[in-house]
Amino acid sequence: MGTHTSIDERYEFSGRVKTWSLIAIVLGVVGVAYGFLIGGDSVQRTFSNLLLASYYFACVCTAAVFFLAYQYVAQAGWSAALLRVPQAMAKVLPIAAVIFIVVALAGLFTTHEVVNEEGHKEVMPYLYGHWAAHGLTDPSSEHYDPIIAGKSSFLNIPFFAGVIVVLLGLYSLFGYLLVKFSQNEDQLGGMFNYDKSFKYSAIFLVIFGFTFPVFAFDAIMSLEAHWFSTMFGWYNLAAAHVSGLAVITLLVIYLRKKGYMQWISENHLHDLGKLMFAFSIFWTYVWFGQFFLIWYANMPEETVYFYKRWEPEYKWWFWLNIVLNFVAPLLLLMSRDAKRLTARLQFTAWVLIIGHWLDYYLMIMPGTIHHEAGHEVHIWDQFGLQELLIFVGFAGILIFLTLNSLSKFTSLVPKKHPFLDESLHHHQ
Amino acid sequence: MSSTKFILGLFDDPDDMMHGIEKLQKNSVPIYDVYSPMPIHGIEAKLGVKESRLGYAAFCFGLLGGSVIFSIVYYTLVHDWPMNIGGKPTFPMPVFVPFTFEWTILWTAFGMTLTFFAATHLFPGRAPRVMDLRATDDRFVIAIDAKGNVPHDDITNLLKEAGAVEIKHNTRKYVSYDE
Repeated sequence: MGTHTSIDERYEFSGRVKTWSLIAIVLGVVGVAYGFLIGGDSVQRTFSNLLLASYYFACVCTAAVFFLAYQYVAQAGWSAALLRVPQAMAKVLPIAAVIFIVVALAGLFTTHEVVNEEGHKEVMPYLYGHWAAHGLTDPSSEHYDPIIAGKSSFLNIPFFAGVIVVLLGLYSLFGYLLVKFSQNEDQLGGMFNYDKSFKYSAIFLVIFGFTFPVFAFDAIMSLEAHWFSTMFGWYNLAAAHVSGLAVITLLVIYLRKKGYMQWISENHLHDLGKLMFAFSIFWTYVWFGQFFLIWYANMPEETVYFYKRWEPEYKWWFWLNIVLNFVAPLLLLMSRDAKRLTARLQFTAWVLIIGHWLDYYLMIMPGTIHHEAGHEVHIWDQFGLQELLIFVGFAGILIFLTLNSLSKFTSLVPKKHPFLDESLHHHQ
Repeated sequence: MSSTKFILGLFDDPDDMMHGIEKLQKNSVPIYDVYSPMPIHGIEAKLGVKESRLGYAAFCFGLLGGSVIFSIVYYTLVHDWPMNIGGKPTFPMPVFVPFTFEWTILWTAFGMTLTFFAATHLFPGRAPRVMDLRATDDRFVIAIDAKGNVPHDDITNLLKEAGAVEIKHNTRKYVSYDE
């Protein structure tokens, strides 16, 4: 592999990574087909995994737009030379959004029969059945649920669909605009496009900050609609941000290893490492904030969430979640030198990507998958082919689409970014 | 023997000063210290400044703060007067997390401020000791220990060549604001 030191160089998407990401996508499709075809409980499990992976995917791409926006608003210089990577991810967000919306609505409109806690048979959608099942808000129905009825002005299908479509559409639009301004800047130079990016980033951050929690409430928290937590939105924002940073870091390291982006040095990686470290701590802060208040107040309608996650089949994963997302980055990335070691950073980024998969797993699975009482739960009932293949498939989609959109840029840096020179000489 | 203790080269541009540092180093003139009104990235490497031990100090202050509050609350809430609060265990670990965390940060912050004061001789009521007043404003200063150093004129010339806007031969190490 030759080295590509010119900033005018284009990224060429070919070779092994293209083959393997396509194979991963095929594996994912096989996983989904397998999950649906063997039927029974496996359909629910496949829906839950699809929701997990598509939510994860959409959040990672949204985090890339978030990253772009706060780099512009902070007028950061260091990052200018690597902005193409989050820009490529921002270009993928519309596709990720469509996949997520399709999965969520498919789960909402396909139903199956389940035996509920009272032993009655009930027809429920695969996803969001807790609030979207028929008759929950009808006082004359035998399934009438006064708690859900009280929340029905928020938890109803048109509003739900509106929220996920409008919000993901807005995030995609801002991602598209920031990429477009940067490409115009390559042509024209000057400050005009930078100033516009700054303005739109500021607007985006305000919208994003207020609406992302609503998105998380609808997409994930409403799976267990009796339960609520106002921290949940920030908790998800932190998770999305950390996993987005981990993906950006891995892509930058990959491109460097392939001989591209030789202007990115350990100084840039150091900054990405700092962000990953800091926001892993922030994730722990909100995670603990949510847990602590619920544990202390000890109100049944709140503790039900953690009660479920302390059942024997989830308890180990519950603790592993803290180890992977807090203890690991804390110990692996604390020292200055550690953040400058490519191998260490790469390893930690992988730990965080797996860790936040587990994090989402613990948000989604206990509320959607019902293990029969008295039935021993084996580890392959929790982590089997569906989990593995669907994760691999979505990783393949992310890699394929991101690198593909990266190869569409005429250069691997925003050539006329006003802070490019500062970034190329970044030093700390 | 001249009474000059320190030779100061004053620059109005950090790049010129960096150039001056290179020139002095090329001519084997040891540099006592460099003063700048703003941080300059990469200057420690150039001057060969040893890695700071400030991190170890911060760690110790943090550990001390965390231990102090943990001990206080453990003594009062668990050992001396155990109370039943909401049916929680008498030694409720999650409860100990927030204040231990906060005191760790608080004592690190206070400790580091005190360390900074001690290292820079800054105390309330005491005039700060600086080698040149404008190093806190718009001048970038290279200080050279004049005692036992090569002929002072050579140093003056080197600094001049590097673009120093002013060169001072000081007979005292520090100037103070109140003098």
